[in-house]
Amino acid sequence: MTLIDLANPTKFLTLTARVLPWLAVATAILLAVGLYRAAVAPDDYQQGATVKIMFIHVPNAWLSMFVWGVMSIAALGTLVWRHPLADVAAKAAAPIGAAFTFLALVTGSLWGRPMWGTYWEWDARLTSVLVLFLMYLGLIALWRAVEDPSRAARAVAVLTLVGAINIPIIKFSVDWWNTLHQGASVLRIGGPTMDRAFLIPLLVMALAFSLLFVTLHLAAMRNEILRRRVRSLQMLQARAFSSEVGTGSREENASKQQSGAA
Amino acid sequence: MSLGPYATFIVTSYTLAATVVLILIGWIALDYRNQRARLRELEAGGIARRSGRGAADF
Repeated sequence: MTLIDLANPTKFLTLTARVLPWLAVATAILLAVGLYRAAVAPDDYQQGATVKIMFIHVPNAWLSMFVWGVMSIAALGTLVWRHPLADVAAKAAAPIGAAFTFLALVTGSLWGRPMWGTYWEWDARLTSVLVLFLMYLGLIALWRAVEDPSRAARAVAVLTLVGAINIPIIKFSVDWWNTLHQGASVLRIGGPTMDRAFLIPLLVMALAFSLLFVTLHLAAMRNEILRRRVRSLQMLQARAFSSEVGTGSREENASKQQSGAA
Repeated sequence: MSLGPYATFIVTSYTLAATVVLILIGWIALDYRNQRARLRELEAGGIARRSGRGAADF
């Protein structure tokens, strides 16, 4: 099945119906393995057991940026290739991305309090992630503000591509500015600086959360396609109703005219 | 497994993550049920897609 085949929503729905149960099972297994590896991971010599927060904070932080990347590709799909499922993908991803960003912010805050002595600091990394969260909320609001999804899609696509500038700012904020947040220790030139005892559970959890995103995203896209079918059927129903009313009133007028003439 | 003096922060983080993920799953599952029900309702009322196929069929 090619990308062109998936442009057909019915074929996409058939594929998701087949793939979703397997994805859900794989996600559950990976999450269970990841949580077990996180639970048995040793304490850090400086941070103690609080290092366990990293196993959920970091995957959520990565996904908060990754989901915006997916939405940016979908935005290009809407504006350049006019792929029929591009805006469906973008709309379905936004609330999931917002949830991951929210979790990255809150778990980071809960990790920061014992380690930094504060829940929040207006430094570059934290502030740029907060901006990302607000941008997700903005996109969700824009989708809801415009009734016609195809009209909303173009505005959202432009805004998504403009907002993509924030992704490298988030990633490199710890290098460009002096921040309280630590620098990159996994995705960096020269390889990870983290011990395998922490790196492996972290990567398993990252993979599990990525699969969770794929599963939820496909399910949410399926819902969005169904919602659009409901909308088009409701419009058909309204059109049928208004033509019935029109025909009815014409017949009524005709009978009035006939009785008047008689 | 001892979580040390900051157990509250660790447990709260995991509980919150689980809650948000469960809310997402529940919301998506509920939305799916709602959309399917609305499609069936419309089709039962005689409204059909131009293709003639059932809108909820795939």
